[in-house]
Amino acid sequence: MSVTKKDPEYKELPSDLVEIQLGPSHPAMHGIIKLDTRLSGETIVDMTVGIGYLHRAFEKMCEHRNWNQNIVFTDRLNYCSAPANNAAYVSAVEKLCGIEIPERGQWQRLIVTELARVADHLVCVAASVMELGAFSAYLYLVQGREFIWFVLDKLCGSRLTTSMSRVGGQAYDFYDGFEKDVAEAFAEVRTRLEDAHVMLTRNRIFYDRMRDTGVISQEDAIDWGFTGPALRSTGVDYDVRKAKPHWTYDQVEFEVPTGDRGDNYDRFLIRLEEMEQAMRIVEQALGKIPEGEVHVDDYKIFLPPKKETYNHIEGLIHHFEIVMHGPAVPKGEAYFAIESPNGEHGYYVVSDGTGTPYRVRARPTCLPMTMAIPLMVKGSMLADIVPTFGSINMIGGELER
Amino acid sequence: MLKKVVAELNKAAKDCVLEEIEVPDDDRLRIDRKHIKKACQTLKNAADLDFKMLTDLTCVDYMGEDERFEVVYQLYSLSKNYRLRLKVRVPEGEKVDTVSDVWAIANALEREVWDMFGVEFAGHPNLTRILLYDQFEGHPLRKDYPLKKHQPIVPLRTPIETEDDPPYNWTPFEKRGRKHPVRKLHVD
Amino acid sequence: MGIEKALAGKEGFFTTTLESVLGWARKFSLFQYPFVTACCGMEFMSVMNSHYDLSRFGAEIPRFTPRQSDVLFVVGTVNHKIAPVLKTVYDQMADPKWVVAFGACASTGGVYDNYAAIPGIDHVVPVDIYISGCPPRPESVMKGLLMLQDKIAKRTLIDDYPELKVQ
Repeated sequence: MSVTKKDPEYKELPSDLVEIQLGPSHPAMHGIIKLDTRLSGETIVDMTVGIGYLHRAFEKMCEHRNWNQNIVFTDRLNYCSAPANNAAYVSAVEKLCGIEIPERGQWQRLIVTELARVADHLVCVAASVMELGAFSAYLYLVQGREFIWFVLDKLCGSRLTTSMSRVGGQAYDFYDGFEKDVAEAFAEVRTRLEDAHVMLTRNRIFYDRMRDTGVISQEDAIDWGFTGPALRSTGVDYDVRKAKPHWTYDQVEFEVPTGDRGDNYDRFLIRLEEMEQAMRIVEQALGKIPEGEVHVDDYKIFLPPKKETYNHIEGLIHHFEIVMHGPAVPKGEAYFAIESPNGEHGYYVVSDGTGTPYRVRARPTCLPMTMAIPLMVKGSMLADIVPTFGSINMIGGELER
Repeated sequence: MLKKVVAELNKAAKDCVLEEIEVPDDDRLRIDRKHIKKACQTLKNAADLDFKMLTDLTCVDYMGEDERFEVVYQLYSLSKNYRLRLKVRVPEGEKVDTVSDVWAIANALEREVWDMFGVEFAGHPNLTRILLYDQFEGHPLRKDYPLKKHQPIVPLRTPIETEDDPPYNWTPFEKRGRKHPVRKLHVD
Repeated sequence: MGIEKALAGKEGFFTTTLESVLGWARKFSLFQYPFVTACCGMEFMSVMNSHYDLSRFGAEIPRFTPRQSDVLFVVGTVNHKIAPVLKTVYDQMADPKWVVAFGACASTGGVYDNYAAIPGIDHVVPVDIYISGCPPRPESVMKGLLMLQDKIAKRTLIDDYPELKVQ
């Protein structure tokens, strides 16, 4: 029985805005963040972003540990690409000290950073396509990451929290057979990427959900401080590796992919291409590593070898000083940024001349993108939040530190 | 490049640059607090400077000095490929002008500085807590906030009396009077 | 198992206790709610996908609503801001329910001994299994899950229905 307008029971349907709160713990959010949306029908009218659910006081902890002890906290900032964070933090401290590490150490930092970039992009693409329902692509891509982690595990003894860098160099040299392991891992990753490419790139459903959703203009992206793939998807070719080459990035050839629409599909394609470029960089780098040490030979900065520590009093004293009081970092301040997988990851370190930092500030790489989600999805459908959130690669650890 | 920046800034507001430090790849300027907004607008809009990007905005607490806080702006010019750091000293209790209408991202970053340090930004549209919750008392990144000073979880607001930073002042829920149904666990 | 063969063609039966049947059924059909907050989520992804494959132990299905899930995996640091949310999620789960503290942060707070992080989720919800490691390797997660299954299998009816207990 249908109710017509003349019936006394007839009521107008309510036309108020509907408020929907996505998160903090939500299936389509691979992170804890609260999106308070106001919908008119299914169109997003207004949205606010609530963050801070993974605030772990990284910056406060750094002020209570010595320079080397803080490296373990940097692992857990962007936990998809821990080696890149380690290297960025210690490079900032080294800039403050005014030292440059031997070239072999710089090459190692470059190689682990690029390995981390492959792993990070694999996770990002995998997680975002899983939320769109492409579960088999997720399985392929996450398995690709396992092969990268296998190499990192063998290199430093840990799959995720690598803690490979020290102030003044790298903790370990490469092991024998590293090149072979990397080549095997890359062969596996390339197979997985090929599979994912076949499953996703020209998939009609995937294309329709990614193309022209989460669009941001070039001016807005710059104004909001976007960096990394999210900025490059709008056509700006800003990449710290090209703009201010750190370590030995000026000695390798690679291309910086850019998009032109600034939408989710562009960001997806850029990530796929960046993985290819990262593998290309590593392959070039493996052929160029010179012989030598991976750390400086200054006992005020880097631990003396064990032979010195056990047999000579100077070595023992230096060991004690570095372990108990931290490396000798002069008074001053420095800012050093690298191109982490997510964008410009910079550290602003302030020292008061003691072994403990006075202030460490990590630039939250994904904060601009996260805070700009309302701008990117306003006016589109509720379902467009999911691919947009996936493609900006929000990582709670560095967003809220 | 730094000379050009300083000339441009001094043209916009007289004597707004208090100190200039030239370090390769790490140039810094100390700006008068009253002129920071004007300086930022100039830096962003001048065609031959073009600091379109605010990469970071943070603060350092120099406790014990006259002007306690130092707000730090990391700027980047895409077209000139040049980084610049602006620094503004702010005494405790004083305000500094917001730049959230110059760069959009400054809104969130200034909220974070207020949350963590308690530095107020005059003219900010929504200066509320961002990383912590509204009921949090104090500003944790200040040097006088103890590292391990836990505050009660939100639904219950009975502040823990602490004199100093005792080794551990975490009080379990039950002791705070929260009704907490603990399930009886199977004992093997 | 051979039971079918032995009973084939005859009207056979075998005896067991209700508790062990329930425990056996429960331990191999765990629906989990992944409360993923931090770094451990990366290892959680590893355990769940085909490389390590938690589904071999009957616990592969994540249910993203607490009302359908049996096990709450708290994966990562829980801070003061998220703690009430965790409590709400726990309260919404139907009995019988179990909680796994995945990793050092969820178990004890881990390296985050400061004003923000809660020193162990057992200040918020009761925990059945603690998995160590920062983050735990997939092998130790499997060990943790097997321990949880043992614990579930040993659950008695008295635990479910305290009023049944003979005074």
